[in-house]
Amino acid sequence: MARRGYEDVVLTVPVTVPYQRYSVESTAWWAGRALAALAAGAGMSHRDFDGFSFASFSAAPDSAIGLTQHFGLSPRFLDFVPLGGVAGVVSLRRAARAVQMGDADVVACVAAETNGVHTFRYGLENFSRFSQDAVYPYGAGGPNVSFALICQNYMAQTGATREDFGKLCVAMRDNALKNPNALMKKPLTLAQYLEARAIAPPIHLFDCVMPCAGAEAFLVMREATAKAQGLPYAHLLGSIERHNAFAEDPVQMRGGWAKDMPELYAMAGTTPTGIDVVNTYDDYPFVCMMQFEDLGFCKKGEASDFVQAHDFTIAGDFPHNTCGGQLSAGQAGCGGGHMGIVEVLRQVTGQAGPTQVSGAKRGLASGFGMINFDRGLGSGAVILGGEGA
Amino acid sequence: MAPLQPPRRKDPLKRTRLPLLPPGQRSRAAHHLTAAAAEGRFALPRCAACGTFHFPVREACPDCLSARIEMVEAPAGATVLSQTTAEVPADNYFRERAPWRVGLVKMDAGPTALVHLHPEGIAGSRVRLALMLDRAGQAVLYAGPEQKGADPMTDPQWREMTADPLHRRVLITDARSFAAPALAKALVAAGAREVRLGLPEAWKPFAAEKLTALPGVSVVPLDLGSERSVADHVRDYGGKTEIVINTADHMRPGGALGGSLTATRDAMEAVVFDPMRLAQALAPAMIGRGADGPTGAAAWVNLLSVHALAPSPALAGWSAAQAAALAWSHSLRADLAQGGVKLLNLFCGPTDSDWFQTWPQPKVGGAAVASAAVSGLKRGLEEMFVGDVAKDIQARLAANPKAVEREMRQG
Amino acid sequence: MTNPLTLLVSALGSGVVEVVDLTQTLREDSPTIVLPPEFGASAPVRIERISRYDANGPAWYWNNLSFGEHTGTHFDAPVHWFTGRDLPLNTVDTLPVADMIAPACVIDCSVESADPDFLLTIAHVEAWEAKHGRIPARAWVLMRSDWSKRQGAAYANLRDDGAHTPGPDAAVMRWLVEERGILGFGTETIGTDAGQGGHLTPPYPAHHYLHGAGRYGLQCLAALDRLPPTGAVILAAPLKVHEGSGSPLRVLALIPKEG
Repeated sequence: MARRGYEDVVLTVPVTVPYQRYSVESTAWWAGRALAALAAGAGMSHRDFDGFSFASFSAAPDSAIGLTQHFGLSPRFLDFVPLGGVAGVVSLRRAARAVQMGDADVVACVAAETNGVHTFRYGLENFSRFSQDAVYPYGAGGPNVSFALICQNYMAQTGATREDFGKLCVAMRDNALKNPNALMKKPLTLAQYLEARAIAPPIHLFDCVMPCAGAEAFLVMREATAKAQGLPYAHLLGSIERHNAFAEDPVQMRGGWAKDMPELYAMAGTTPTGIDVVNTYDDYPFVCMMQFEDLGFCKKGEASDFVQAHDFTIAGDFPHNTCGGQLSAGQAGCGGGHMGIVEVLRQVTGQAGPTQVSGAKRGLASGFGMINFDRGLGSGAVILGGEGA
Repeated sequence: MAPLQPPRRKDPLKRTRLPLLPPGQRSRAAHHLTAAAAEGRFALPRCAACGTFHFPVREACPDCLSARIEMVEAPAGATVLSQTTAEVPADNYFRERAPWRVGLVKMDAGPTALVHLHPEGIAGSRVRLALMLDRAGQAVLYAGPEQKGADPMTDPQWREMTADPLHRRVLITDARSFAAPALAKALVAAGAREVRLGLPEAWKPFAAEKLTALPGVSVVPLDLGSERSVADHVRDYGGKTEIVINTADHMRPGGALGGSLTATRDAMEAVVFDPMRLAQALAPAMIGRGADGPTGAAAWVNLLSVHALAPSPALAGWSAAQAAALAWSHSLRADLAQGGVKLLNLFCGPTDSDWFQTWPQPKVGGAAVASAAVSGLKRGLEEMFVGDVAKDIQARLAANPKAVEREMRQG
Repeated sequence: MTNPLTLLVSALGSGVVEVVDLTQTLREDSPTIVLPPEFGASAPVRIERISRYDANGPAWYWNNLSFGEHTGTHFDAPVHWFTGRDLPLNTVDTLPVADMIAPACVIDCSVESADPDFLLTIAHVEAWEAKHGRIPARAWVLMRSDWSKRQGAAYANLRDDGAHTPGPDAAVMRWLVEERGILGFGTETIGTDAGQGGHLTPPYPAHHYLHGAGRYGLQCLAALDRLPPTGAVILAAPLKVHEGSGSPLRVLALIPKEG
């Protein structure tokens, strides 16, 4: 059965609460700042948000429902999506259908995360059962070791090199230098990238994101509402989501995008060449390359050539992770999955300021999340279209 | 990798490294692996309905959703898919021991798993998997070379999971035990740096010369029944004991009603209270030295009877003492685990000691006990059944414990 | 008439009468009698701390003690041996307290006892009597061997055929009991009998004759070298253990100051 489009559902009010490496504030504080920014940006009271979709790893002991009382919300659509890097896509898809069907009028999609000195460690220890039983006991707590194993195989299978990864990282750092909210403020050269110390080869220092505190948020509403409020908006042209795809692959070589990619473009009525700006999920640069392949920008195993053939800076021929990505702007936990959506929303509505890609009408944001055992389980992508897309 | 060298004398300006443990949290189901690792078996969860092996341990088969998951001996071969070396692991235990090699393997049994990987393992190479108990006492997969003959002790990661006597100092608690001479010999052969045998009632004759002729072997007065004797021993050797082999015993036959209570109490004293006394004095020092270099404190071994698990009505009092010793050993194991020190119980059948003289063969001699103890230490095991009778009772207990209770009436 | 005890107290105060401790310290590593393992064995001495100004007792120090009746310097009552089983007042709680204070004759066998298998004979005692006079009735006869100066294995002196320690032969025991009417016999070794006394006839003659006649044994004594051949008075009061066959005890001797 062909999927129904999202019709008059739009995204508005891209919000990023500026990141901090460490924060003494709680996750609820960060969520509160995001809600306040959404309300201010939308010109409405937060009490008018009748939908709330919340993503976080660090909200315990609260989930979304406790926060409704905390923030004085009274939603009729409530969602809690602690799904890491794929939380943004999941949150948006559910919110869009709720709005489309009239279950809600305005849904606030918020990812908020605090980061204390020990938050990351607590998160690891309680991440998942498979991780507890079969990953953490191997010194592989935290994703670096697990992704090193996937990356090593990816390089061996495809011929991808550290120079490829470095080119992507250097471009993202260039982009980040234009984003005042990015945590990384110093330029990065390819030589610096290549000479960085090993963390778990082939993963080296600049392949790793910096965990931080922060929040990302946007509103989902009907086009008419956005117009009535005078808000710039983008349509949700297409979306895909898939979990635990290709379980038969001994080592992860692809994500669920590879399974659903044709549907994504068919739904959006476009092709990879019709995308003006791309924000992939960049927990590691090789994962970006996997997405270039699985999302159709190049063939499987050819991302190395693709990377060498393109310029990934804001002004380049393939503007990629224009806010600097998680690798240079920071990874605010679950917010990493919202970051791309928020940035693409800014881009296609012309609100990206210093990181604006000129003429960007149609953008793609993808998410990838939850390395439960030996691979990332969740994958998703959305295509947003601004005015004239 | 170079063979392990004897430890240098300690730098008195440096603090002894305190023991840290690898993450020890596990799901209840994951402890099926612990049970196999404790005995040195390689078993994996398999769906009883469709026969598929899977990993990690699940609550339902991902192929058919059956909840009937059984632990089955599995082929131990595997192929390395990918490898890395964690240079800066997040966890403190691994950070101290970095670089730490980790691999992703495809098991011959089917599933993929993360493993502790031996130094030469790289993508494409064949490895042999073992379920090991790590320093936290929990089961983990170690992938070693497929071919035999390599010295595993050259791999520091293997050493972390074992209690090899190599370069360690061992206390055998009772030099008068039937197993003591064979144990001393086997431990010396295994490279123990010192083997100290405790001699109770040193005023009674003892031919120490046969033992002390072996390199590194000494006999010292040690009466586990005496607080003072134990305390004095620990004052001298508390920081110089990495492995304890508790051979204390006092077997006297007698039924539940006809047996001598005095004999039973003596057995309780020898088998339960005496080791408790030693442990309370010595084990804290061992726990504190659980991470004292590659030859730090490693293990406590109890020489127990299989009648700890299946009481013999003909040996009622002694069986009760053995059961008490076993029960207590689990608590001692929990305390030792705080320092990453292992506890190995050897469950023996009837032994070649005077008190089993009239029992039918087969019996367990000192050499069998010694070979089991050394092998168990080298593999880092928790439980071993020594001799055919013990193995037979183990199998029968697994099948039907009630039957064993009735069968024990016949001896 | 003057209270004779006043004289004794005065003599003790002036040092004219000296008190000598004939007791070995009761220690956990004190050797005990060794019997074949199929027989029941005496519990060894155990001293277990209850507290020592610590969490288990902040201001006080005390121990739990356990031991067999026949450990350390100890007293044998007639009931200890089968020959004395039917006698009246044969247990430590019933034996006459008057017997707990009695004179002693000390026979110095310290030179002969260099031979661990030395046996005291009637001839030795007669020679002693020739020098020091007839052994009076109701007196302790103490055999000085100086073995209490030995330690551990040398003291127990076990070989693969048993203990080798000096002691009396069968004839002298019968003679001392029947012809001299002694109160008891004491040694410095483990047991009133010789280490190999089980091979004499009757076996363990000291136990056999002494207890069969309602007399007592003292063993593991110390410091017999400080006693005069005659003139010492022994204070030996075992614990009042209900139906006890013996007990560890403190043995004291009163001796006249030399010179």
